[in-house]
This record gives sequence, structure tokens and C-alpha cells, in this order.
Amino acid sequence: MALTNEHIRQRLTEKFGDQVSSFEEPYGMLTFEAPKDLNLKVLQFLYDDEELKFRFLTDLQAVHYPDNAGRELCVVYHLHNMIDNVRVRFKVYAPIEKPDVFSATALFAAANWMERETYDFYGVNFVGHPNLKRILNVDEMDYFPMRKEYPLEEQTRLDKDDEMFGR
Amino acid sequence: MSDILQHQHIKLPEGSIGKQTTTLNLGPTHPATHGVFQNILELDGERIVSADQTVGYIHRAFEKIAERRPLYQITPLTDRLNYCSAPINNMGWHLTCEKLLGVKTPKRVDYLRVIIMELARIADHLICNSIVGVDTGAYTGFLYVMQYRELIYEIYEEVCGSRLTTNIGRIGGFERNFSDTAFQKIEKFLKEYPKVLKEFENLFTRNRIFMERTIGVGPISAERALNYGFTGPNLRAAGVDYDVRVHSPYSSYEDFEFDIPVGSTGDCYDRFLVRNQEMWQSLRIIEQAYRKVQEFKGAEAEVYHADVPEYYLPPKEDVYTKMEALIWHFKIIMGEIDMPKGEVYHCVEGANGELGFYLISDGGRTPYRLHFRRPCFIYYQAYEELTKGSMLSDAIITMSSLNLIAGEMDA
Repeated sequence: MALTNEHIRQRLTEKFGDQVSSFEEPYGMLTFEAPKDLNLKVLQFLYDDEELKFRFLTDLQAVHYPDNAGRELCVVYHLHNMIDNVRVRFKVYAPIEKPDVFSATALFAAANWMERETYDFYGVNFVGHPNLKRILNVDEMDYFPMRKEYPLEEQTRLDKDDEMFGR
Repeated sequence: MSDILQHQHIKLPEGSIGKQTTTLNLGPTHPATHGVFQNILELDGERIVSADQTVGYIHRAFEKIAERRPLYQITPLTDRLNYCSAPINNMGWHLTCEKLLGVKTPKRVDYLRVIIMELARIADHLICNSIVGVDTGAYTGFLYVMQYRELIYEIYEEVCGSRLTTNIGRIGGFERNFSDTAFQKIEKFLKEYPKVLKEFENLFTRNRIFMERTIGVGPISAERALNYGFTGPNLRAAGVDYDVRVHSPYSSYEDFEFDIPVGSTGDCYDRFLVRNQEMWQSLRIIEQAYRKVQEFKGAEAEVYHADVPEYYLPPKEDVYTKMEALIWHFKIIMGEIDMPKGEVYHCVEGANGELGFYLISDGGRTPYRLHFRRPCFIYYQAYEELTKGSMLSDAIITMSSLNLIAGEMDA
């Protein structure tokens, strides 16, 4: 029997009740959310469960939503079940003042650098990571450049005044 | 240090000084590493005790830049990820946009795309495998196949005008139809390349020196490879038959007949063989696609893009003479078209693994967030595990056989 999104959803609700929420299916990929303290439990359950078997971490990154008070940083996991060829997207939200999320490195060796990259650009503090330091930027950098408060171009520059087309 | 001595069962005479390990900076611009890689190696004689990789020397903040650009302007950024097979990145990006926008491309476009993508895969594998040869001391193969990479680049040039960073295709199709010269060159490639590939294989596959240098070097088991997020030929060399072209077909790959070659030990030799076999399979796919393209007759044979006026630039003559075309041209160039809201993950089988694009749109004119899943960034983590305990010269071969591209790793 092929693994359907409906079935994954059912299994998750059986196990975690109301704590996994916001089920959606944008472009066919099941997307859901859990409290950030539960992230490892959910990942472990998805990994171990005999029917789900999500044992491949495709991708891990963060998104910054500055207007989302209390849950500004969103960490997104893309998981893949290679046997049934099903993918899911799993999100946890963390407040920007204290962006602590448990590290998935014990479960997936691949998470090591992905989490370092996420820390480097968004400042998500992965608790339990063996070597959480910057990876692509210089070590001396003291801000997290992918956050939305750092616009790509200075909006107030006077030497680039272009009324007609806007900048 | 004392555990090293214990490990090697060396008993030093009383009173002699202890053994020391050497720290070696391999890179960032070492002639033996093809690209900007730095490895801080701890060596015990010539054996590697530990390796610490540093990446990011050519980080160019593509993800940040992409947040300020309309979709069509992001294509040149994707060129510069894996620059050995830029067309695959371009196509992957166009396919992602098309998925977000709900564009359906005509079959002929899909087949033309398949031809270009498979040519790019051959060009990439060709470089990687011949570089493995160079690192084992066999320069001939590298020089011999280079003229066929040149031919592939000529085909790109005929289709889009550029060679390395191609910016090939548009959202919805190609910028122009393939010329007759392009088809002639593809035919020439199909005719001549098998002989060359055969000879290339003869040079290496059963070559005693090459086998001794690569068999058992840098191996990885299937479990570890999956745990490390390996994809592409490196994962298949470890024995897992995962290929995005088969598992989630895009661009009509389901219409083609081809095999997925797999290895068993995941060492450098298996990776080499898998890449070679994949080149044969790519040739098979190109042949089929070429035949399918030739079957289109009449008006269908002229189709080279889908009908998406919001994203596909109108022909220049129309821009000068027709009002509607002028408006679309202006809106596209100025990036004044709002995208639909949504989030989409799309992946293609890049030359070195699963190349993914995670695009979040908040309904604006530029992506809210764009993340590239860069396969070699993810599997380069395993380098320490692959090389620990091996000789320095083996580490060099392991690095080139992993097909690491600095541009892709550092984004």
C-alpha cells in the first residue's frame, strides 16, 4: 500500500495529538508544524516508525518572518522516504530573542553542516550541535546576514536616485 | 600522540623523543585540489589522522541576492553554482518557477530540455572522471576527451550564445528554436562520442595502476552515505539506486528508456565506473530524445516555448509594433509581475546529486526566501570519514572523485 499524505497525517495525530498542527499540502507536499521542543521527538518518530520511514534528510534551512511576534524564525526540514518515495516538510518556529532548537545531528550526520549554515545566516542556536560555528561567512562576523532587517541594498542612498522606476 | 604509538605497536627506545604529527594546510589554492578548498590535515607520516574542511572562500550570497530579484534574473545566479553543468541548474530553476506558476510546457520543449540536460551531465562526468585520471597520473585521457566537451559547449553556444555560464532557456521554454547547425552538432556528437568514450574507458577501467590507486580508496557504506545525505552518482556507487529522474520524473523523463547504474563499495573506483556508465545512459537518452524531436511535423516542429506572456519575453519585432507585446516586455524587464503565493520544493538530478530549489513566495515580485539544496555542500561533510587513516595521495583522489564544485558548495 502506498503511503499517502492522509495516512502520514493520521499516524502523526495518533502519536502527538493536537501538538502537530497546520497541516497543508502546497503543491502536493505534506507540510506540518510542531512546537520547537518536540522537533527531535517528531523527527525520531518519523525515522523509526515502521510505516513512515522518513530516513533521509533532504534539506534543512530557516526562514525569517519579522512580523510573526514570538515565532520569527522558522526552521524547515525536508524529509524523504526513499522506499515509498514520499516527501514531507516539517516546520518549527522559534522566537528571535532565544532561538534555541534541538540539533538533529545525532539522527542525521548530514544535519551537521546544514545546521551550521542555518546558524551562520539566521542565528538559530542548535542545542547539542557538536561544532556550532560559522561555515560560509567569516568567523568575525557579528550579525546574521540573511535576516530580513538587513536589506540587500541601502534604501536611502542618494547617489542612486531613480524616481521613474523606483528602487 | 600516545594512542598513535599504541595503535601502530611501535616501541621506541627508552629516552627517545616522542613521535609528532604534522599539520598540513592543503589549500585553499593547492594545485592538486581543483577549486578553492581548504583542508587542515593532521598527518602522521603520510597517513591522515584528522581532516578539518573549511568552505566558504567564494561565498557570494546568492540566496540573499535572489530575494531582491524577479524570477528571470535569478537564472544567471544558478549558472554559477555548478558551473561544470550550468544548463541543469538553469533548467532546474525554470522547472521550479513553472511548478510555482502552474505552467505546462509542450512535449517538444521537454525533449529539447532533456537533450541539453543530458549533454550537460556528460560534460560534467567527463571532467570529473578525467580529473580523477589526472590525479592518478594519467593525463592522456583528460586531454583526449576535452575536445568533446568543447563540442558540447559549441552546442550550448548554438542554442543560447554562451558556453560556460549559459543562462540557457526561459521560464516556459527556450529563447529561440534550435538551429539546424545545433541539430547537426548533436548528430555529430552522437556519432563520434561513443567511440571516444569507449577509448577513454579502455584507458582506465582495466588499467592496473588506475585500479590499484582507486579500488578501496575512500569507500562508504550505503547506510552512512544515506545518513550523510549523499545523492547522485556518489550514492549510487554505494549501492542505492536513487535517481530523481526515475523517482520523481520532471521534463518528461518518464518517456525515456534508461538504466540506473549502481556500484557496491562506494569507493573511488565504483564512483568512476558509475559515472562512466551514466554517460552511456545519457547517450541513450539523448538519442531517444533526438529521435522524438525529429518526429514532430508541421507547426508542432516549430514549438519551442509555452504560452506564458507574463514571464516569456515576446519577440522583438512584436515589441516594436504591437501594444500588448510592448506592455508585457516592459513589465517583465522591470520585474513588475506579482507571483502567486505559495511554497514549492522542486529537485532535479544534477550531475553530482539532487539539486533542489526551495522557493517561498509571499505574493510579491521577488521570492520571499530561496534556498538551494546544493548536493556537494552536503556530502563534503563526509570527507573526513572517507579519508581518515588513508594516505595523503589517496585523499586527493577521493576529493576529485567526489566531484566537488567550489562554486556550488559556497553558493
